[in-house]
Amino acid sequence: MNPVTLKSPDQSLTASGIACRRSERMLFRELNFTLTPGQALMLRGPNGSGKSSLLRLLAGLLPMAEGALSWCGRPVDEDRAAYRADLAYLGHLDALKPQLLVRENLQFWADLIGATVPVDNALAKVGLAPCADFPAQHLSAGQRRRFGLARLLLKPVPIWLLDEPSTALDANGQKLALDLIARHRAAGGIAIISSHDDLAVGQVTTLQLGGAA
Amino acid sequence: MRAFRALLKRDLGLGLRQGIDALVVVLFFLAAGALFPFALGPEPALLARIAAGIVMTMAALASLLSLDRLFTADYEDGSLDGLALSPLSLELVALAKVATHWLMTGLPLLAAAPVLGLLLNLAPGGYPILLLALVLVTPALSLLGGLGAALTLGARRGGLLLAFLILPLFIPILILGMGAVAAVAEGRSALGALELLVALDLGLLALVPWAMATALRQVLR
Repeated sequence: MNPVTLKSPDQSLTASGIACRRSERMLFRELNFTLTPGQALMLRGPNGSGKSSLLRLLAGLLPMAEGALSWCGRPVDEDRAAYRADLAYLGHLDALKPQLLVRENLQFWADLIGATVPVDNALAKVGLAPCADFPAQHLSAGQRRRFGLARLLLKPVPIWLLDEPSTALDANGQKLALDLIARHRAAGGIAIISSHDDLAVGQVTTLQLGGAA
Repeated sequence: MRAFRALLKRDLGLGLRQGIDALVVVLFFLAAGALFPFALGPEPALLARIAAGIVMTMAALASLLSLDRLFTADYEDGSLDGLALSPLSLELVALAKVATHWLMTGLPLLAAAPVLGLLLNLAPGGYPILLLALVLVTPALSLLGGLGAALTLGARRGGLLLAFLILPLFIPILILGMGAVAAVAEGRSALGALELLVALDLGLLALVPWAMATALRQVLR
């Protein structure tokens, strides 16, 4: 994998006092963390505790009810487009069009974000090369998840936001996901991961949401 | 620009692969329009007088058919998240969707309009102005339709809501389109109505993508 280019010596993601409200209910508040290159944050908590919402909030898809988020020492609101270009978000939906071939699906995302890694390389890295010419509707749940991982590999970006990256993956797939995360971190990337499984991603900070928080 | 082209290319590809969609729109347009001679009686003079109005009204109704699917698939499979996080702004995403709708609906309707005109005994001299008016009317229909699709995305029975929301907005477009047709039929200049239509198209082009992007941002929350 290409190393993540360091844009600033202070390439850190800082959340200070962030809160998220979903239809009048406060999901969480007063969350604080700072992640520097190579660090990972593991989000834990029961269903509905706001793990996915926090990831969507960090991606900029949800508005923050309170608090501030800064990237490279500057508030992300100052330059949303630049922040967006520095992150990759893997939600629990796979954004696959069943009518298109697997390769065509990935090619679209590659063209859209201006990929620097060839589509076939990304497919090969996640073990989907043999299915590249299948219509996407024939993919299994695990293969669809692998497609999501392939989307992360199209362009090296410093921040990965992964919502349950290991769901539906078999043992090899889980190992693959862990391996990709480890390499991303080794290259100076930041990862924020929500997971129910005990994903052994090495040295992580854990953020407990809901109940015990 | 590259990202805009990629989205347009994918959506057109998806549309053509389900060629049935464009076909259904055209068949509905022709079949519904062809009902009028049966309901009104086969009186050639009456039909000739109202033919252009029927063609334009049917074009407006037919353009509603494919609207509720404009964003639904992208919303349901998570593609909309990816589009919102891509370098392409949501305004341009909206514009690409409107362009796709026009190419997959407006353009086929333009091609089918002379056929319906023939079925309705439209006077030979009425074709050029009817087609010219439709060239200006259909983009406005796609723009307003796209706005309705974005506003009703995620709503239950969105398709029905969409029709109620959008049909009243179609009224000024139809009035201007028919104004041009009527002017030519009465031997006057259609320039005034056509200029207003162009102004309407440009105004909508400037405002609608922005309004659609705002609506889409609300849906993503």
